[in-house]
Amino acid sequence: MEPTLMLAEAAQASAVDAPAVLQQAVAYAPATGLLSYMWLLIAIPAVSALILLTTGRWADKWGHWLGCASVFVSFVLGLGMFFELRDLPNRAVQQELYSFIPVGTLQVDFGLLFDPLTAVFVMLITGVGFLIHVYATGYMADDEGRRRFFGYFNLFIAAMLLLVLGNNYVMLYFGWEGVGLASYLLISFWYGRPSAATAGKKAFIMNRVGDAGLVLGIFVMFTQLGSVNYDVVFSNAGLMPTTTILVLGLLLLLGACGKSGQFPLQAWLPDAMEGPTPVSALIHAATMVTAGVYLIARSNPIFSANLTLQTVVVSVGALTLLLGCIIGSAKDDIKRVLAWSTVSQIGYMFLGVGLGGGAYALAIIHLLAHGFFKANMFLGAGSVMHGMNDQVDIRRFGSLWKYMKITWLTFMMGWLAIIGIPPLSGFFTKEPIIVAAFARPGWTGWLYGMAALIGAGLTAFYMTRLFILTFHGPKRWTTAKEGSVDQHPHESPPVMTIPLIFLALGSIFGGMLMATPVANWLTPVLGPPTDPHPKMGHLTITVLSLVLTVAGAGLAYALFQKGTALVPQPAGPVVTAARNNLYTDAFNEAVFEKPGKWLTRALVFVDNKGVDGLVNGLAALVGGGSGRLRRLQTGFVRSYALSMLLGGVLVLGAFAAVQLGWMG
Amino acid sequence: MGEDFAVNLPDLNYAALAPMLILFGAACLGVLVEAFVPRAARNAVQLVLGLVALVASLVAVVLRAPHVTDANAQTAEQAISIDQAGLFLQGAILVLAIVSLLLFGERTLENGGPFVAQAAITVGSELDRKQAAKESGATEIYPLALFAVGGMMLFVTANNLLVMFVALEVFSLPLYLLCALARRKRLLSQEAALKYFLLGAYASAFFLFGLAMVYGFAGAVDFRTIHESVTGSANSPILLFIGLAMLSIGLLFKAAAAPFHVWTPDVYQGAPTPITAFMAACTKVAAFGALARVLYVGFDGLGWEFTPVLGVIAVLTMLIGAILAVTQTDLKRLLAYSSIANAGYLLIGVLGGGKEGLSSMLFYLVAYGFLVIAAFGMLTLVRDADGEATHLSRWAGLGKRSPLFAGVFSFLLLAFAGIPLTSGFVAKFAVFGAGIAGDQTWLVLFGVLSSIILAFPYIRVVVLMWLNEPGETTPSVSIPGALTSTALMIGVLVTLVLGVWPSPLLDLTANVSNFIR
Repeated sequence: MEPTLMLAEAAQASAVDAPAVLQQAVAYAPATGLLSYMWLLIAIPAVSALILLTTGRWADKWGHWLGCASVFVSFVLGLGMFFELRDLPNRAVQQELYSFIPVGTLQVDFGLLFDPLTAVFVMLITGVGFLIHVYATGYMADDEGRRRFFGYFNLFIAAMLLLVLGNNYVMLYFGWEGVGLASYLLISFWYGRPSAATAGKKAFIMNRVGDAGLVLGIFVMFTQLGSVNYDVVFSNAGLMPTTTILVLGLLLLLGACGKSGQFPLQAWLPDAMEGPTPVSALIHAATMVTAGVYLIARSNPIFSANLTLQTVVVSVGALTLLLGCIIGSAKDDIKRVLAWSTVSQIGYMFLGVGLGGGAYALAIIHLLAHGFFKANMFLGAGSVMHGMNDQVDIRRFGSLWKYMKITWLTFMMGWLAIIGIPPLSGFFTKEPIIVAAFARPGWTGWLYGMAALIGAGLTAFYMTRLFILTFHGPKRWTTAKEGSVDQHPHESPPVMTIPLIFLALGSIFGGMLMATPVANWLTPVLGPPTDPHPKMGHLTITVLSLVLTVAGAGLAYALFQKGTALVPQPAGPVVTAARNNLYTDAFNEAVFEKPGKWLTRALVFVDNKGVDGLVNGLAALVGGGSGRLRRLQTGFVRSYALSMLLGGVLVLGAFAAVQLGWMG
Repeated sequence: MGEDFAVNLPDLNYAALAPMLILFGAACLGVLVEAFVPRAARNAVQLVLGLVALVASLVAVVLRAPHVTDANAQTAEQAISIDQAGLFLQGAILVLAIVSLLLFGERTLENGGPFVAQAAITVGSELDRKQAAKESGATEIYPLALFAVGGMMLFVTANNLLVMFVALEVFSLPLYLLCALARRKRLLSQEAALKYFLLGAYASAFFLFGLAMVYGFAGAVDFRTIHESVTGSANSPILLFIGLAMLSIGLLFKAAAAPFHVWTPDVYQGAPTPITAFMAACTKVAAFGALARVLYVGFDGLGWEFTPVLGVIAVLTMLIGAILAVTQTDLKRLLAYSSIANAGYLLIGVLGGGKEGLSSMLFYLVAYGFLVIAAFGMLTLVRDADGEATHLSRWAGLGKRSPLFAGVFSFLLLAFAGIPLTSGFVAKFAVFGAGIAGDQTWLVLFGVLSSIILAFPYIRVVVLMWLNEPGETTPSVSIPGALTSTALMIGVLVTLVLGVWPSPLLDLTANVSNFIR
């Protein structure tokens, strides 16, 4: 059926009995001026990646600087475009470069879109990306594969920019898969380590589950609306039947959960920490894992059109944020704690985008602030590992503040920011989400509000535990005596600490500076900021959350200021469960992996016995036939002539038969 | 009444005939070169003369192309019809002949070249051993090839069955001779030539007999009159059908369609490899060009009469070619059976009918021609003391010894198998598409089936070259001279380019697929 026809039918149907959905025509202006070069944003890092990955060793000396420079140029370009966009009357411009997939009624252009939402993501990706690139020049200085690393890193930047710059879902998917590939390559960057190779595969496969959802969602759009372009989809989203919107939204949500490490697809993210630390900071904290939040925020006309859908998103967010906090409290690996913290913080963002309305912008602002403070802490963790012979166990740190002052101070800023101590950024970005959760109508407002509030307390607990065990308390370093290495911690070189300082400044001031202007800036895409009316007063919630935060931090300080045991001690059922990721991996194994393996075995059996048997049988038949027919090729010219004569007789006979049939 | 007996000389359009006249002239000149130029210089002179003549003829074709109209296409009392499609076929034959001629001239792979000096000397005699060792190969091959090319060009533009028959003989006789001139394995070569000659004569007899029958039906031998009679004659159609059947047999013999393919493996194997390449490329073009002209122009109104019969022949051809290729152990024979199967695919295009069918056939002929020349050219490089080593077992592990050679040959085999990004894929896609468009889906199904079977022998060679360890008897790959290298490069490049960017040639064939009646 013609998709456009269905659209018309749907329009008619909606005029009669569909609930009145606020229809807002979405229109993008053509790009002009500097904005018509927005393809350069993607092309520059992409070309740089190509150069780094195809040139040989002679690029080893300068390759990493090329990688940094390309991201910096993209950043400057993006900044220029940002200012140009600000002065435009219609703050959304698009550019169609060429026809990408023209097949029948499916017309997909290679089209780019630059609007306020894209602009903030471009700033985040290239800005934080550049700082982490610079940091990585130092962090990876002694690694043989540094050029390859920067090639993948640039590839990631290009793909991530494509993801946020696309003007249709296929472009988004293109970038989506690109960042997935880059993530896979970088997680298993040290592919010689079995754990890294496994983690890469795990990330890739779990992402595929989510990607399948996204792809099906795109198919739904095409069949229902006849287009995958943002403007067409958003203008007509409300015309689809409610069930279709729900299905479409759930499929997109599955994709978002896969990429953003949300329940039930969260298990890959902590394992992804096997990659080099700059990768964890850039891809698995600041940018790529927030792509799910971007997808939902971008698709806000779809998600806002169905209340059930929003409830599902909010539930996923609330559940994941608690899950992340609880598991994070029980982990001893510095990067894994941060990874679970990322899972939890993205849970907050999902909570925000699920609440809808004015909370979309809150989620994006928290995403930006998180990009700063989480990158800050990951790079700080990298700096600690750099000084401690790649030790990651926080039970074996302690007292490091004396030895790495800059790392300590910058990490402290990240820590204070994430737990939401005013006036650092987390306070300005997390509080509004908690308030908005309480503002949800009905009893669910209490449920999600309390989840967010408890999450804030737990966050304070596990982040303080991490901070205290790492930088304070007695030394618990490994020694040569116990068969390990002696530790001589030292501060990292300036090329690593300077990005840390920049990110720390972002962690301090980002929230304060961004909260209001960014919400206004995003109005054209996400709607105007609203004034929520929570179940309790604003002030009450703020005070409660600060009290819980201080209580969580204080408890952690009290428990861990004297250090802790060098190895995990036996613990009660709750801690054991948290150490085992609340048995989510066991659940996945029992529910998905085992039946999957059985299915595989069954299919292999059918393939070996049935399909192969058929194929081999046919092959034997052909071979046997060939052997028999060969005997006709005797080499005697007389038999050849005879066969030609027989053929002639047959042809004549056939003609005669056709002729007789015709005459009869 | 006197003027009734006056002989009216036909008007000749020399611009249209120039390509053929150039070739026949150069061929006669070549015979004189044999008589007057010293033996040492002959090969170079003949090669240059041949190439110059072919290129000049091609230039004449290209220059003629923009000026062809429906009105001026026919000349010599409508005996010859040099229309758009005819001109394209002539051009294709010329281009392929130029590339093949480069293989003829090769002298670095073997002392004296791939041809014997004196074919009349008894095989195995003292004299023979002497000439095999040092004497330079016969140079008569060049004028013979020019005559053959000229004949093919006339064959595809003949607008009357008698001219077509004459042209058939003009290009067949030189081919019989050329087949007998291999330097190595001379008995095999002579046997091949004799078989080809006997069976060719036999097929010609069919053609001539069919011609007589059609004349009996239509009272004329030119296609326009035949066509008019087919659509509205009171004569018994029995004559017509016998005639058409026999004409088809004569043409299908040249095209190597089953069951008239039996000569192909023996002749392809026995003939000197450059001649095999020439035949596989150019004769195919000529045979299918003429077959299409006969069916499209002369017997156009009988489509649904002959389509089922020729369809069965196409299916037989595809299946027999593919199935027999499976058990071949000699690469030349393998390629011969592949050539038979490809004749079947070409028939799908022909039977698809209409502009699309013709256009797909033209594209296929060009794509296949370059591919097959390159493939046979590669065979000349794998040699041992006895000449070319074409037995499959000898190629085991060749990839380890000569990765470049094996890589290029694997690419060509993939093209034969019709893998995308090669011309083979686009060509097959075109003929299958034309078959479906012409309601011949059943043929396409058999075509796909046959392609699947045929993929096995191709891929087996690839596996053999790459995944086997080289043995002690694995021959070495010789470094080709400039001529063979050029021919191979052209063949491989065209195969690649037509696979990646086929639209210019597809557009051209779509534009020229137009026969004038």
